[in-house]
Amino acid sequence: MKKLDYPFSKEAVRELKVGDTVLISGKLFTGRDAVHKYLHDGNPAPVELKNQIIYHCGPVIITDPETGKYKVTAAGPTTSIREEPYQWEVMRDHGIVGVIGKGGMGPKTLKGCQEYGCVYLHAIGGAAQVLAERITSVDAVYLEELGSPEAIWELTVDQFPVVVTMDAHGNSLHEKVQQESEKIFKESI
Amino acid sequence: MDRDKLYQSLFELIKITSSEIPGDVKTAIESSAQQESSGTTAHYAMDIINQNIALAQKKSAPICQDTGTLLFYIYHPVGFSTRNLRKIAKEAVVNATKDGYLRQNSVDSLTGENKGMNVGPGHPAFHFEEIEGDQVEIKLMLKGGGSENSSAQYALPYAALAAGRDLVGVRKVILDAVYQAQGKGCGPGILGVCIGSDRGHGHLVAKEQLLRRLDDSSKNPVIRELEEDILTTANRLGIGPMGFGGKTTLLGCKIGVENRLPASFFVSIAYNCWAYRRQGVSLKGDGSIAKWLY
Repeated sequence: MKKLDYPFSKEAVRELKVGDTVLISGKLFTGRDAVHKYLHDGNPAPVELKNQIIYHCGPVIITDPETGKYKVTAAGPTTSIREEPYQWEVMRDHGIVGVIGKGGMGPKTLKGCQEYGCVYLHAIGGAAQVLAERITSVDAVYLEELGSPEAIWELTVDQFPVVVTMDAHGNSLHEKVQQESEKIFKESI
Repeated sequence: MDRDKLYQSLFELIKITSSEIPGDVKTAIESSAQQESSGTTAHYAMDIINQNIALAQKKSAPICQDTGTLLFYIYHPVGFSTRNLRKIAKEAVVNATKDGYLRQNSVDSLTGENKGMNVGPGHPAFHFEEIEGDQVEIKLMLKGGGSENSSAQYALPYAALAAGRDLVGVRKVILDAVYQAQGKGCGPGILGVCIGSDRGHGHLVAKEQLLRRLDDSSKNPVIRELEEDILTTANRLGIGPMGFGGKTTLLGCKIGVENRLPASFFVSIAYNCWAYRRQGVSLKGDGSIAKWLY
């Protein structure tokens, strides 16, 4: 099990290889469909994303009635492939070093990871409680007008578990599994 | 039927469906976890999935943050007020959202506005069916976006796979849907399938197959054989939990058959993720819960 600790850097993520299980400690910024479109449309990022990690996640967040503070009650990853048209641009223009999501991404993102020094980290889809437990605080929210699941939530995490499935060296577990399963699929029909 | 008791039953149904995996699904997940070799990423994924199931139940919190489309299936005797049921169910949905059992998941398709309460045109979705006797049964499915986006419909003949209008063709497109779901739905998945019908009703029947227990087999021997074949063949594809590669790609396949037009041959496939949130209750005469159905 490897560790990735805040502050993150291109050097640190380049050390990671496909198949590594990693525990992340530090900051994550959620961002999914609406945020990626927003940035793609040329709007400025509401928070500095250089050397940060974007998490494809629309969490369940409630306001604690006693403290008035935000509380995450569930926070697993959403399907990443929907951001395939935009992700490489966010790497190029905003300098992110990691993307957490599920299901993997395509060739544009894989090339972006290689060119800009970024890594794709796969969280276990549906594991909303195991992952929410590793979120120690909700520090800020940006673009809340996009709706709670689509907003950028700034989170602090402790030992957040992920698997590297696309690295900064052009390797993708998803590409490999797809090619192998396609072969068996064709033989089976 | 007592209004408050019916409300309480509906709220409880939403709460349990969101936070607890039904027994038949839990058994299937546990047995598939044992099939993955230890030390693999597939085993790691199944281990986290099992931890998550236990934790969600313990904390009484959503298994998955995508609490999906709420699909209510109501089986009721003659004279039951469906209008009243809709009204009370919506109240329960609003309060379950406030309590964090449901994510704010209902978006205006034209304006993008999310009012945050999970009620609006088509949300939640209700399916009523009048049945014999005096018992009311209410089933609920929370179907997430990843799983719904992986659902598919094929019109046979389907040239890309040389799938013709026969069971061989049907088998080809069902397996294609499993192959195509990798990277989208959270596997291991469960398939509900409808052979035949029109496009709209076909999807409806495919989803209804997901209400069958995982240990249920079709009474039609031809379909039973196809269900078993799809399960075995899909698990040979090597897609595995979360698409990491591995032995468990599917936990089950349930197939229904409807008549079709001479000109049409649709195969509709409803994919469901491992976070298979479906539960049901039968009600006592006063609206309180008599028993849980899964």
